[in-house]
Amino acid sequence: MTSTPFPMGPIQALRGRAVVVAGDDIDTDRIIPARFLKCIAFEGLGSQVFADDRAERPASHPFDHPAAQGASLLVVNRNFGCGSSREHAPQALMRWGIRAVVGESFAEIFYGNCLALGIPCFTAPHDGVLSLQAALAAIPTLQLVVCLDSLRLEAADGQSWQLELQPGPRQMLLSGQWDATSQLLSNGADLDRLVGALPYLNGF
Amino acid sequence: MSAGTLYDKVWDLHRVAELPGGSTQLFIGLHLIHEVTSPQAFAALNDLGLSVRHPERTVATVDHIVPTTSQARPFADPLAEQMLATLEANCAEHGITLHGIGSGRQGIVHVIAPELGLTQPGMTVACGDSHTSTHGAFGAIAFGIGTSQVRDVLASQSLAMGKLKVRRIWVEGQLQSGVYAKDLVLHVIRSLGVKGGVGYAYEFAGPAIEVLSMEERMTLCNMAIEGGARCGYVNPDQITFDDLKGRPFAPAGAAWDRAVAWWSSLASGPDALYDDEVRFDATVIAPTVTWGITPGQGIGVDEAVPTLEQTPPDERPLAQEAYRYMDLQPGKPIAGTPVDVCFIGSCTNGRLSDLQAAAAVAKGRRVAPGIKAFVVPGSEQVAAAAEAEGLDRVFLAAGFEWREPGCSMCLAMNPDRLEGRQISASSSNRNFKGRQGSASGRTLLMSPAMVAAAAIAGKVSDVRQLLPTVPCQQR
Ligand code: SF4
Repeated sequence: MTSTPFPMGPIQALRGRAVVVAGDDIDTDRIIPARFLKCIAFEGLGSQVFADDRAERPASHPFDHPAAQGASLLVVNRNFGCGSSREHAPQALMRWGIRAVVGESFAEIFYGNCLALGIPCFTAPHDGVLSLQAALAAIPTLQLVVCLDSLRLEAADGQSWQLELQPGPRQMLLSGQWDATSQLLSNGADLDRLVGALPYLNGF
Repeated sequence: MSAGTLYDKVWDLHRVAELPGGSTQLFIGLHLIHEVTSPQAFAALNDLGLSVRHPERTVATVDHIVPTTSQARPFADPLAEQMLATLEANCAEHGITLHGIGSGRQGIVHVIAPELGLTQPGMTVACGDSHTSTHGAFGAIAFGIGTSQVRDVLASQSLAMGKLKVRRIWVEGQLQSGVYAKDLVLHVIRSLGVKGGVGYAYEFAGPAIEVLSMEERMTLCNMAIEGGARCGYVNPDQITFDDLKGRPFAPAGAAWDRAVAWWSSLASGPDALYDDEVRFDATVIAPTVTWGITPGQGIGVDEAVPTLEQTPPDERPLAQEAYRYMDLQPGKPIAGTPVDVCFIGSCTNGRLSDLQAAAAVAKGRRVAPGIKAFVVPGSEQVAAAAEAEGLDRVFLAAGFEWREPGCSMCLAMNPDRLEGRQISASSSNRNFKGRQGSASGRTLLMSPAMVAAAAIAGKVSDVRQLLPTVPCQQR
């Protein structure tokens, strides 16, 4: 786990080493098993990320690999984060040190939960993700940098990949307004108008 | 782009503003909370010095961590006790109604809201729980959210959302006797995949859907999320209105007639446009059982575990992982697979009609030796209704345990869990690795009637052989 501060303010670029968790349909029960949800705060979750998968393969899970220690990028495949809506999953990843995820596709609730924490989930085509994973298999300590403006992922050895990020989330991260609360609160008058008009709130 | 669907209409009615980031601010008509995903949201609210904007639009219950044996307070598990105590304190502080244990209204959040008439057509419903899609059965747009979003709804009664595409899932024909909504939805997910619905709302429609009861529709919409669709819904109709009428929070008197007229106007019109449509034939669906580690890895009870060759190339790595984890042989029939534990309950299949279907199978029979079988009603009301018609005695006589309401072994945050490599026949919704409380425990998803059949036989078996043949008109 790193002591990198949690995301705050505008996010222009993300840099660091990466950890690869290969496979499709990795669900949030695996990212953080349900028994660790028995808590009223997120603080302790970092050390429990992928707890059961890691126990199943002692010392050989990607998160236990020496090169992964201190990594801040996570590289995955398709439909990562499916299943439960638990924000404990991105919280556990963030508290372990992850600041961005690159994959072929993400489950929607997971994607939104990450964004709410300032963690972008970038997508790339199948072949791109496979070649990135191959590059990281060859050099596990490869230094990477992702630029939110150009959406280029560049490796220290000169390779690079084009990533995608929906324009909305990209703008929110670049402007530092990825946390929606203040925006939602600023439209109070519109909200009150709607409350006054919705049939089910007004005796139909 | 979809137009004229219920989804489009409800979306437009709840749109507050367009936000700078490109998302839409959507008003949330009903916010449901429980003990697992709300404490951090309340803490964040307090940190920001914010209050709850519409405490009357948020309703709480406790479900995930409650023990299903003794529910005496304080709970034996201090962490569970702390979670409930925190919820109680937060609700008291912010003026939110909590349907707690012993209130007669406690239960799994997705069971109690419809049962109380809180869930209504045309609403937006959000809850920090992915199976919020359940409420779409009433023609609501209902979806699961994360804890940061729970905080946003508490603070602003709204969410920043992107609009989904709409796929109509059209189902022709009728389900056969012994085949239930659970089988239908497992069949849909098996066909479209667990990521097939990402980016979509699923509208379930067609002759097979129109005749489903509200409880069956809830089972169907409940598992839309397992197919990747964040919400699923059925257009409101007479079955919806009949179900809602007279419930504690349903409109009454003259408002009822106005409500029905409004609700009816929201259903997708005959010329509605969909982004996509997929058709199914209900008559060919068999009781369906999962063999793997995602809800998409399902097969008819009369089929064999698919071999690698029968599996599309890009699904093979997952199939191999599933063979290893489940310890099931490719090519071998799923029927006859021995089970250790049989669980009937959850927000998918813990309602009265589910217990009735299971009891019809259990009646006059005995649970096979060595099998642990238990029934967890979805709510206090379900438990009371089941007891009133003697279902508890049917189950107890057959050797099932009869428990107190809660989520229980659906995700095993309470003491109900698999041990070691145990394999369960379960009426819940997720067969993920470790889902039922043991890191190596295994889950076979199926309908409650199929779980009862598995309990009696001690192994996966076709419930149709245990049921009297019923012509489908009488379903
Ligand atoms: S029954 Fe299972 S899926 Fe439903 S709310 Fe409870 S834990 Fe979640």
